Amino acid sequence: MTFLQFVFYLFSAILVFAATMVVTVRNPVKSALYLVLAFFSAACIWMILHAEFLAIVLVLVYVGAVMVLFLFVVMMLDIDLARLRAGFTRYLPVGGLVAVLMAIEIALALHIGFNAEPSRAVSALGPDASNTRVLASVLYTEYVYALEIAALILLAAIIAAIVLTMRKRADHKYTDPGHQVTVKREDRLKIIKMDSEKPQAADTSK
Amino acid sequence: MIPLSHALILGAVLFSISVVGIFLNRKNLVILLMAIELLLLAVNLNFIAFSYHLGDIAGQVFVFFILTVAAAESAIGLAILIVLFRTRRTINVDDIDMLKG
Repeated sequence: MTFLQFVFYLFSAILVFAATMVVTVRNPVKSALYLVLAFFSAACIWMILHAEFLAIVLVLVYVGAVMVLFLFVVMMLDIDLARLRAGFTRYLPVGGLVAVLMAIEIALALHIGFNAEPSRAVSALGPDASNTRVLASVLYTEYVYALEIAALILLAAIIAAIVLTMRKRADHKYTDPGHQVTVKREDRLKIIKMDSEKPQAADTSK
Repeated sequence: MIPLSHALILGAVLFSISVVGIFLNRKNLVILLMAIELLLLAVNLNFIAFSYHLGDIAGQVFVFFILTVAAAESAIGLAILIVLFRTRRTINVDDIDMLKG
């Protein structure tokens, strides 16, 4: 076993452990933190599999942004854990059985079908090839429409998230510009007719 | 060199753990979202493994797009979760039955 293989299996073990803890641990905050560990080990495995750019993106975007978002939400919500955990032990045996069976089935099928050493391997890209450069060269040419659509999806996500969470409070004072520009003089100014008052005699008591 | 089947089996194990996570935590919406993130990670791992073994960059391009969509999905999911909690004071899936479907 080479050192690279040892590192691969080490990070695989950490990844599987962290994933198991994500779905079994009681506290959602700990769950989110184990998810960070899982993503980090996955990034290391991607690095071993020569996907350097995506490994960095996984750490920056997922660990840096999405998981922080998760932590914010988990800490913001005041949730009743006892009720949410009800039925956990009841589903554990059948759930575990399904998981083990599924993993064994997939593993058997894959081991028979894909038990091969790298065919052309990454060496096709060359030892000096920059992963980022290679990725970018196809991303901005062959997949440019997909890239535009991805950008559009992100824009839609931003707008959707903001619109969903924006709320109008009843006691909040704000001006509505649409209403402001349509206002007429009659709404604000009232001219009344009245008789002019006679000036009072000067008060000498003061 | 890492054999292709080992990376794929890692992806399969990760996928199974996430599916059982959806089974076990089907009342807690936050953990459900996390399990979906893990599912997508397992799928991405398969793409990366094939990209590595076939020497084809297209697999990594797909992972790039899956990451984009997954980030958008989790952002919208968490926004919906917050709105839900604000109106119903709960994130229990059993309590979310307003539509009576």
